[in-house]
Amino acid sequence: MDSHILEPSLYSVKAIMILDNDGNRLMAKYYDDQFPSTKEQKTFEKNLFSKTHRANAEIIMFEGLTCVYRSNVDLFFYVVGSVNENELILASVLNAFYEAVSQILRRNIEKRALLENLDAIFLAMDEICDGGIILDCDTSSIVSKVAVKSDDIPIGEQTVSQQIKSKLEVIQTAKDQIKWSLLK
Amino acid sequence: MHMLRRDKKEEEEGGGNPFNNLDKTTVLQEARLFNETPINPRKCGMILTKLLYMINQGDQTIGSTEATEAFFAMTKLFQSKDPTLRRLMYMGIKDMSKIANDVIIVTSSLMKDMTGRDDQFRGPAIRALCSITDTTMLQSIERYMKQAIVDKCHAVASAALVSSLHLSKTSMDITKRWVNEAQEAVSSDNIMVQYHALGLLHHLRKHDKLAVTKLVSRFSKHSLKSPYAYCLLIRIASKLIEDEDTGTESQMYDFIESCLRHKSEIVIYEAAHAMINMKGVTAKELAPAVSVLQLFCSSPKPTLRFAAVRTLNRVAMKHPAAVTACNLDLENLITDSNRSIATLAITTLLKTGSESSVDRLMKQISSFMSEISDEFKIVVVQAIQSLCLKYPRKHGVMMNFLSSMLREEGGFEYKKAIVDSIITIIEDNSEAKEAGLAHLCEFIEDCEHTVLATRILHLLGREGPRTPTPSKYIRFIYNRVILENAAVRAAAVTAMAKFGAHCDELLDSCVVLLERCELDSDDEVRDRATFYVRVLKERQKALNSAYILNGLQVSVVGLERALHHYTLEPSDKPFDMKTVPLATQPITEQRTTPGKEPGDISTSKPSDKLASSRQDVYAEQLSAIPEFANLGPLFKSSSIPVELTESETEYVVRCIKHTYSRYMVFQFDCTNTLNDQVLEKVTVAMESSDGFDVMKYIPCASLPYDTPGTAYTLVRLPEDDPTNVTGTFSCTLKFIVKDCDPNTGEADDEGYDDEYVLEDVDVVVGDHVQKVMKPNFGASWDEVGPDNELEDTFALSTMKTLEDAVKNIIQYLGLQPCERSDKVPEGKSSHTLYLAGVFRGGHDALVRSKLAMTDSGVTMQLTVRSTDPNVSDVLVSAIG
Repeated sequence: MDSHILEPSLYSVKAIMILDNDGNRLMAKYYDDQFPSTKEQKTFEKNLFSKTHRANAEIIMFEGLTCVYRSNVDLFFYVVGSVNENELILASVLNAFYEAVSQILRRNIEKRALLENLDAIFLAMDEICDGGIILDCDTSSIVSKVAVKSDDIPIGEQTVSQQIKSKLEVIQTAKDQIKWSLLK
Repeated sequence: MHMLRRDKKEEEEGGGNPFNNLDKTTVLQEARLFNETPINPRKCGMILTKLLYMINQGDQTIGSTEATEAFFAMTKLFQSKDPTLRRLMYMGIKDMSKIANDVIIVTSSLMKDMTGRDDQFRGPAIRALCSITDTTMLQSIERYMKQAIVDKCHAVASAALVSSLHLSKTSMDITKRWVNEAQEAVSSDNIMVQYHALGLLHHLRKHDKLAVTKLVSRFSKHSLKSPYAYCLLIRIASKLIEDEDTGTESQMYDFIESCLRHKSEIVIYEAAHAMINMKGVTAKELAPAVSVLQLFCSSPKPTLRFAAVRTLNRVAMKHPAAVTACNLDLENLITDSNRSIATLAITTLLKTGSESSVDRLMKQISSFMSEISDEFKIVVVQAIQSLCLKYPRKHGVMMNFLSSMLREEGGFEYKKAIVDSIITIIEDNSEAKEAGLAHLCEFIEDCEHTVLATRILHLLGREGPRTPTPSKYIRFIYNRVILENAAVRAAAVTAMAKFGAHCDELLDSCVVLLERCELDSDDEVRDRATFYVRVLKERQKALNSAYILNGLQVSVVGLERALHHYTLEPSDKPFDMKTVPLATQPITEQRTTPGKEPGDISTSKPSDKLASSRQDVYAEQLSAIPEFANLGPLFKSSSIPVELTESETEYVVRCIKHTYSRYMVFQFDCTNTLNDQVLEKVTVAMESSDGFDVMKYIPCASLPYDTPGTAYTLVRLPEDDPTNVTGTFSCTLKFIVKDCDPNTGEADDEGYDDEYVLEDVDVVVGDHVQKVMKPNFGASWDEVGPDNELEDTFALSTMKTLEDAVKNIIQYLGLQPCERSDKVPEGKSSHTLYLAGVFRGGHDALVRSKLAMTDSGVTMQLTVRSTDPNVSDVLVSAIG
C-alpha cells in the first residue's frame, strides 16, 4: 500500500459542497484537479449523495476519499479530503461551515433560506477555505467577516417560525432570570 | 399577506429556487446594469450572486469574450462602498480570473483596497490580488505583501500568508525572501496566523533539512496555540524521522509522543496516527497510541470512532497482538449505526480474534452485509479469505458465508473478489474443495459475468475430474452449453472434454454430449467440440494428456511472432512447435498472490504477462545483433541477474544467461561509477576447463560515467558429451581506460589497457531447463512413459526440514512444481514433490521426488522421466 505518512502541507481540503435533497449541487468548490471537469464533479456528487442521503452517519470513505457530511431538512453539507487526511480536521472544517451557515440563516437551515442568503453563504465558504488551505475555523469570526447585519432584513421577510422561535427564546431567558433570582 | 403573495410567486417560478434555470445570456445581459450610475447595491448584488452561482454550477461554459465583458462591467462596482457587494466582487474576480482576459486591469484598485483603512476589505483584496498576479507583477507588490504578513489584523496576515503559499508554486524565488516576515508571524497570538505562518515557513525551507530540524525543535518547546499547527508540526517531525531513519530514539519521537497528552483531540489523533504509521515501531512502543485510540472508540462522535477504528485496523495488520486489548471496545462498535465503522471494527476483530470467536463474528457480519457499500464488502471478503487460510478448520462456516454472499446482489468487482477468495481457499485447503466447487457450480447457474463464468468452468475442468464423484459436475457444465453466450459455451466444451479425458467411465457420455455441440452456431464452439471428439475417440492416454489435459505450453506472444516469421518466409518444412519459446509462467495459473494484506483493494497483479514479455524483449534485443542472428530461437533467459561485483565498487557488472539449443550467450550489463573515466572496448573474457568453447566477444564500444552498457560473450556448449552441461567460468573485465573531465565528460585521446577481475559465473542444470506448468501431472507422467526412466535414492543430510528440501530441489533442477506439491502440509513426515519442465532442445522432463523425514535428515527417492535418455541422466546427476 502507499505510504501513510502525510506530506506536511497546508493543503488539506479537496472540496466543499452543499447539495439539495435530490443530490443537486447548490454550491461546490473543488480545490485540486482530482475531478477536472464539471461532469466528473457532478457524477461524483450524485454517487456520494446516493451513498449518504439515507444514513446520517457523518463520515464515509468514498472513491478513495474521506468525506465528512452533515445534513438538515433538505440540505447536505460535505467536506472532502484525501484518504490519509486527519478525519478530525475535516470534521472541524465541516462543523465550522455548518455552524456559520446556521448563524447566517438564523438556525433556519433550509434550502429556501439558503437561496435567499446565497451571497452571504458564498462569502462564508470563501472565508473558510482558500484554495484548499483552511483559512479560518472559528464560526463567530467567519460570520463577523461575512458581515451580514441581522437587523438589515425587515421583519416582514422573516418567516413566522423564526419569529416564534425568537419570542420563545426571550421567554426562556426571562424564565431563567427569574429562576436565578429566586435561587439567590 | 405579504408572505402568501411571495409563496405564490415562487411556486410559479418553479421549486422556490430563484436561481433555477438561469440562462447565461440573460445573466450576462443583466450584468450590464453594473455600468449604471449611481450603483444600486441590492440589485447589483443579486445579479453578481446569480453570476457566481452560474459559474459555480459549471453547466454553461462562458466564453472568454463574454467573461471579459462581464469582468470589465464588474470592475465598475469598485465605486460602491457597500461591503457585501465589494466582497462578492472579490469573489467574482477570483472566479473569473481563469476565464477572462486582461484581468490585471484591476491590480491597482485591489492594491488600494489592500493597503486601505478598511480591515474588512484588506484580507479578501489580498487574496483576490494574488489570484490575478504573476511573477513579474509580484515584484511590484512585494513590499505590500511583506507588510501584510506581519499586519496586526489577523485576517490580513492570514490572507497574505496563504496567498504567499499559493504563489510559491510559480514564484518560489520571490516568496523565499519573505522568510523573516513569516518567522515573525509564527509568534502571533492568533491561532490561524500561527498555523499559516508555520506552513509557509516550512514550505520555504523544506529542502534545507537542518533548518527544518531546527524549526521542529524550536516550536516543539515553545508551545504553539493552534491545534492545526501542532498537527502540521507532528507531520513535519514524522517526515524527518522517516527521512533520517532515526526511529524512536530521536527527540522528534519524544515530541510526537508528548502530543498524545495534548488537550485537543485533533492533535492526539494526529500523534497516534503518526506513531502507528512509523516504520519499525514495536508493539510495546505503540501501546500508548493504541490506548488513546481505545478511548476514542467509545466517543459519541462518529468521526472520532471512525478515525480510531480505521487506525486500529491498520495496526492490526502489523501487530495484531497490540490491538487485542481493544477487542471489547471493538465488539461494541459492531452494532454501530455507521456501517463503515461497524465493518472496520469487524475486519479488525477478524484479524485479532481467536478461532472461537469466528462463528459469532460471521453471524454478526451477515446481519448487515446488505447495507454496506461494495468497497467495504470487498474488504470483508478479503478478511474472510485470510482468516480461512489462518484457521483452515473453519472453512465450512466461511464457505457457506461466501456462497450466500455470491447469491446476493453486487457488482463485478465484488463478485470477482468472492470467486477469487473461494478459489484461493480451494487451492490452499483440499478439504474445502468439494464444498467450494459445489458453490461455484451453483453460482455459474446464474452468472451474468462471462469472465467469471469461463474462469470457473476452467477451474471445474481442472479440479472436477479428480474429485470422488466427477459425474455430478457434468450437468452444471452442460447446462452452460445450452444456455450461455459463445465464450462461455466454448469454455464449457473444453471443461467437458477434460472430464472425458480423465475419467474413463465418463468418456462415452462426454463424447455423446460433445457430439451434440458439433452443431453449435458458433465457430469456436464447433471447432473445439470436433477437435475434442476426434482426440477422445482415439482412446490414447498420451494424446489426451498432450491435447486436452495439459494443452500448449508456449508463450502466446512468442507463438504469434514465430508464426508471423513462418508466413513471411514460406518453406516446405512444416512449422516446428519446438522453435516457439515456452511460456515462462503458466498462462493458466492466475491465482492472486496470497499473503496480500486484506483491505488492500488492488486488482490482481499482471506479473504473469510481464514475465513472458521480458524474455520476448531479450529475444528481440539479441536477434538484433548480427552475430547472434543464426543461433536459432532463444530457449531461456535466466530470470535474476547475477551480480559479479560487490555493490559499491568502481564498476558494477551483472550477468544474464541466455540459453540456445547449442549455444549460450552471456549478457554483461556494466555500469561505470567513476565520473573521471571513460571505458572503451569493454569485454568480459571468460575461461573454462569444462569443455565449453568461447566463440566470440561482442564488446561494448564505450562506457561513460553512469550510463549502463552491455557486452556479450558467446559460448558453444560441449557437443561430444550431451550430459556435460554444467561448468564454471572465471571472468575478467577487459577495457581501455581514458581519463576525462568529470564536468564536461570530455575524454583524453590517450588511453591504456586495464583489467578488473570479476566473480565466477556458474552454468547449472537450471539454465538448461524451462519451467512448465502441467495442470494434470499424472496424465503427463503416463504420456511420457517409462522408456527413459531413471531412479535413484539420495540422503540429503544437510536439509533439516521437508520445506527446506523442497525449496532446494526446485532451485537445483529449475523445474516447475505441479499440483501445488511445493507446499508441504504441516506435521507430515513424508511428502511427494512433482516437477515438470522442458529441457533445452524441447525434451519434456518430469520429476517425481518422494521425500521422507528421518533422524539424520531428509531421504529422497528421485524418479525422472523424459523423452530423451540423456536428459534423465543430467537431471539425476544434478542432485548429489
